[in-house]
Amino acid sequence: MSDTARPAAAPPRRGLLETLQIDTRLLGMIGAFVVLCLAFNLVTDGRFLTPRNVFNLTIQTVSVAIMATGMVFIIVTRHIDLSVGALLATCSAAMAVTQTIALPQMLGLPLGHPAIAPVSIVVGLAVGTLIGAIHGWMVGYLTIPAFIVTLGGLLVWRNVAWYLTSGQTIGPLDPTFQLFGGTNGTLGEFWSWVLAGLAVLAAAWAIFNGRRARQAHGFPVKPLWAEAALTAIIAAAILGFVATLNAYQIPANRLRQMFAARGEAMPEGYAAGFGLPISVLVLIVVAVVMTVIARKTRFGRYVFATGGNPDAAELSGINTRMLTVKVFALMGFLCALSAVVASARLTFHSNDIGTLDELRVIAAAVIGGTALAGGIGTIWGAILGALIMQSLQSGMAMVGVDAPLQNIVVGSVLVAAVLIDIIYRRRTGGR
Amino acid sequence: MATPLVELRNICIAFGGIKAVDDVSVDLYPGEVVGLLGHNGAGKSTLIKCLSGAYRMDSGEIRIDGRPVEINNPRDARALNIECIYQTLALADNLDAAANLFLGRELVTRFGFVDEARMEAETRRIMQRLNPNFRKFAAPVKALSGGQRQSVAIARAVYFNARILIMDEPTAALGPQETRMVAELIQELKRQGLGIFLIDHDIHAVKELCDRAAVMKNGQLVGVVRCADVSEDDLLGMIILGKMPEHLAV
Ligand SMILES: Nc1ncnc2c1ncn2[C@@H]1O[C@H](COP(=O)(O)OP(=O)(O)O)[C@@H](O)[C@H]1O
Ligand SMILES: [Mg+2]
Repeated sequence: MSDTARPAAAPPRRGLLETLQIDTRLLGMIGAFVVLCLAFNLVTDGRFLTPRNVFNLTIQTVSVAIMATGMVFIIVTRHIDLSVGALLATCSAAMAVTQTIALPQMLGLPLGHPAIAPVSIVVGLAVGTLIGAIHGWMVGYLTIPAFIVTLGGLLVWRNVAWYLTSGQTIGPLDPTFQLFGGTNGTLGEFWSWVLAGLAVLAAAWAIFNGRRARQAHGFPVKPLWAEAALTAIIAAAILGFVATLNAYQIPANRLRQMFAARGEAMPEGYAAGFGLPISVLVLIVVAVVMTVIARKTRFGRYVFATGGNPDAAELSGINTRMLTVKVFALMGFLCALSAVVASARLTFHSNDIGTLDELRVIAAAVIGGTALAGGIGTIWGAILGALIMQSLQSGMAMVGVDAPLQNIVVGSVLVAAVLIDIIYRRRTGGR
Repeated sequence: MATPLVELRNICIAFGGIKAVDDVSVDLYPGEVVGLLGHNGAGKSTLIKCLSGAYRMDSGEIRIDGRPVEINNPRDARALNIECIYQTLALADNLDAAANLFLGRELVTRFGFVDEARMEAETRRIMQRLNPNFRKFAAPVKALSGGQRQSVAIARAVYFNARILIMDEPTAALGPQETRMVAELIQELKRQGLGIFLIDHDIHAVKELCDRAAVMKNGQLVGVVRCADVSEDDLLGMIILGKMPEHLAV
């Protein structure tokens, strides 16, 4: 690990992975995920990796993945949040009531009015953030353990949601709101390609900008070919993903309806792919923003420092109590965002929405390498963890594994993943 | 004589009935090193934690440059240019050297994002001076040796132009060569006009490095002596017996 190897000294021979400075942990997780997908694909005679299934898998993952990014910060600061599923339900209920009852009856805005979706989303996000902040205040300032606060929160918010809706299913939701659900709102092939192109450019810029900054200070950098190879791999992944989503064709009768809605006739032989779902775009934005927060802002620094050593953080002048409030408020905000996606996907609010999500979200973060002891975790890891969980679940369903056995497998995988992580960390001496 | 840089006056702090620090008064002048001696549990760390903002004293007064100040938390202390190297180091083990050095005072870019490259460059620069053998800039400090960790903690205290430096057993985890490095650093900082409180168990080192020594026992101040006026045995006697040496006793 001698970083400042003087030019005079002969450079020590390094392994390929070390030269590339690729996180072996990330590589292991991606490897496990790829093996999992290929295995399911084999067993299902190629049905697992069809564009249709990939599309469905992605939109099913979004809600849990969004919350998992927030759970990373919670767990990194040595807390836990058991209330995310219930909080999602309360936010969903608040938004459903706002758009189907409050706005139409109090302000006379009918469902489909352009103001409905934005107003109800703002209401939902405000409710989620506020409740999260209250949790954080109780944990940070009243020093009640997060486990207790959010265990109580689980019961409270699940049933506040019930009261808000009298336990009724509320729907259909506003058509604009439904755009966040997945199938009902996609970008289409053209804009998906445009976005993919921009993403590739952004990734290349980020990599080479980072390189320039290190060079400007005279720090050692990876060889140029390594940076280029990394960029190429990322570009291939982005373009391949978008190509797959674009390849999923919108069913003909649905296309006909879309043309009919615009008062046009569908041309003969017309075909179009779904492209990138808006909900997935939301997840991508969340992932990027959360990663920037984690790595490039003071707040993110303090989250990790507090998790690593709360006393050191406090002695360094960090207001760790306020930090706790902010971390939980952010979690609440993300629960509300997940509530938008989850209820829009269903096209209605149901009383049991988000049930058991707390377990999926915590499992995703933990499988993704977030250490419960605090101080360690990554955003991409949590999202990959959510994707692995969802793939396991739907792959097994596709293969025809019994429901009870599915849960047994998922539970075992969670424990095994943490064990592998512990062994890995012991071998590599932490990180 | 000039105004003291720091005046600790009648500091008292108790934990659940135990008087950890009981009516202790010490002052510190610019360019002076004052050693704090005493057995484990004498109250040395607790006393200086009142100055660094880690604890809030029950009663007493702290004056800086002759003016009474309120130090309620570590942020207040930092604002007064008081820096502390704690006995327990107080590093975030999961972060690298640069992140620890700038913890709570990160350098940011125009857009308000943390400027990692500049912080690493600054860290390399100061480490070049404090510990030229330091190489592990990318590793979390957990992976560092005791001496390397100590140099990160020291770098953090001296980087930000401290006027008052508190070192709580800075050489406890160090080998002889690193201990010598710390001693040289203390002398250099003293020449620069800093006031330094040095807690150390090594009476020999205290006698060599410090201008004056304050001895504590059971939370109370035994006395403050000029190191030139006493022998090592005198200091040892003060620590053990809790009495001033006879030739200085009034
Ligand atoms: N946070 C605390 N809570 C309770 N007792 C404490 C605390 N900090 C220090 N003490 C007590 O105060 C006394 C002085 O401790 P300390 O200042 O650490 O001694 P020294 O640094 O001289 O070895 C000891 O009896 C110790 O147990
Ligand atoms: Mg001590």
